[in-house]
Amino acid sequence: MNKMLDDDQIFNISPGRHVDLDHHCQNGGYSALAKALAQGPETSLKEISDAGLRGRGGAAFPTAEKIKMLRANTEKLRYIICNADEGEPGTFKDRFIMTHIPFQLLEGITIAAFMAGASEGYIYVRHEYPEAQKILRESIEEAERRGFLGENILGSGFSLSLKLFSGAGSYLCGEETALISSIEGKKGRPRLKPPYPTQAGLWQKPTLINNVETLANIPKIIEKSASWYRSFGTPDSPGTKLISLSGDVQNRGLFEVPFGMTFAEIISEYGGGAKTGKAIKAVNIGGASGVLIPPEMLFTPLEYLACSKTGITIGSGAIFVLDDTRSILSNVQNRLRFFLHESCGKCTPCREGLRQANLILDRLLAGEAVRQDVSTLERYTRAIQEASFCGLGQAAGNSLRSSLAYYRDEYLASCRDNKPSFIEEETA
Amino acid sequence: MTAIKEVVNRFGKEEALLLQVILAVQDADPQNHLSEEAVNEISREMNISRSRVYSTASFYSEISLKPRGMHIIRICTNAPCENANKASILAAIKQELGIKIGQTTTDGLFSLESVNCLGACYMSPAIKIDDAVYGDLTPEAAVAIIRNLRKEYQNEQNA
Repeated sequence: MNKMLDDDQIFNISPGRHVDLDHHCQNGGYSALAKALAQGPETSLKEISDAGLRGRGGAAFPTAEKIKMLRANTEKLRYIICNADEGEPGTFKDRFIMTHIPFQLLEGITIAAFMAGASEGYIYVRHEYPEAQKILRESIEEAERRGFLGENILGSGFSLSLKLFSGAGSYLCGEETALISSIEGKKGRPRLKPPYPTQAGLWQKPTLINNVETLANIPKIIEKSASWYRSFGTPDSPGTKLISLSGDVQNRGLFEVPFGMTFAEIISEYGGGAKTGKAIKAVNIGGASGVLIPPEMLFTPLEYLACSKTGITIGSGAIFVLDDTRSILSNVQNRLRFFLHESCGKCTPCREGLRQANLILDRLLAGEAVRQDVSTLERYTRAIQEASFCGLGQAAGNSLRSSLAYYRDEYLASCRDNKPSFIEEETA
Repeated sequence: MTAIKEVVNRFGKEEALLLQVILAVQDADPQNHLSEEAVNEISREMNISRSRVYSTASFYSEISLKPRGMHIIRICTNAPCENANKASILAAIKQELGIKIGQTTTDGLFSLESVNCLGACYMSPAIKIDDAVYGDLTPEAAVAIIRNLRKEYQNEQNA
């Protein structure tokens, strides 16, 4: 399925193929765990640090730095949590890792736990993925039977008890502190940070939380070295990224893409470009919490630094293409309603700001809005982004903000007073 | 109600297991929901206040406090599915079942719900019925799946 990389890539996910434990071991699987256990946590951690691995859940925090924070903690009981609450609209990469290469993920979790000194862990999988839960449950049991998990792993003296925890339908639980609250049996609402989970996480104990894709990178780095890993991607963003490509393209699907390719290249080479006879109007990058960009910006490379300079959030790696038949406003409203539904209601800017923004979009789409409404919407968007308690509200405004910046004409064209005479009257 | 006691004993009484217990109790319920009696029983068995059980249960969208059908049809409402003509699929399902989102058919066989992203955008429009995801749907295909489930149920009743 991957045209741009050879077989020697990091994920090797082929549709319809489940890599079982025997196949995983035949492909070099679990040799990384053996190596990590033999060489010790410091050497392994240096490899991850040298590889420059960053979190693939959206925030892109350097993985080795996070693990170091746990190692610096004097508390002996530490937890590891694999965040598999993949709920970002447009994203389906973690689902494929869990259902197609579950042992690469389990091996990554085990190595990460070893480096962090964690002895207990959870994989928090969203309830909407029952087949992924089933495969992981069975895989955990099998790994335990074969000595890759549980007590005294591979005779090293290191033990990890890993359990699967099912979410129950809440996008917000992907936020790490909300996820912790959920495991503790409470509502999945976020806590104030600091303290960060690395200091006081699950049951107030130091906790390492990483995304599925991040953890699944780890065995390959340990097995094949940081320099091999750095042969993919760019100096700023080493390795590859799993891209969930959907929308108005010829080929939708999951693609493993080396960092450094431009979004335009990804869309044309993997996605086959826009549908016949259509042109790309806008591209949503990073899922619903990401930005909406015009085609001119697609020449930005998939790279953390280059993207942050142009205001693009790589996020979960979702790319959703809209062609020229689509309405920007209704797409923005779709996302806005998603966040309105998923907002936990804890803080006012998110709870009320999104509600008011949705009302303005209702008016815009009904042709009842005035130009003043567009300015109000901009003001509300700033408030939502700047004053929300957690990442949900902060990111909820990305789509609004970027669409107001790049497609302002479309907003204004929907206003009933969008005639020069009205403006003159208003300002007079 | 002994079924709930059995679930609690199987999982354990730690607070951390509350959500998992609630999900298991709901799964075992013929009407796919968490009844008031079930909330009370979980509260007693786990020694967690009823308000805490209710507070946790009511937060999550996959937990229902009102009775639902035997099969739960969830239609994905997010942008990739929306743009892939979700509306026509939803209209066909509504017409076939004679219910709106949030309702259950009078025979108790189907409930219709919306869901925020099924993670199946590569095969949008997608719906999920119970544990199975169906993608690249047409209105006709969606109706056919529902009719098959109804036929299966009728065959079971007649057997």
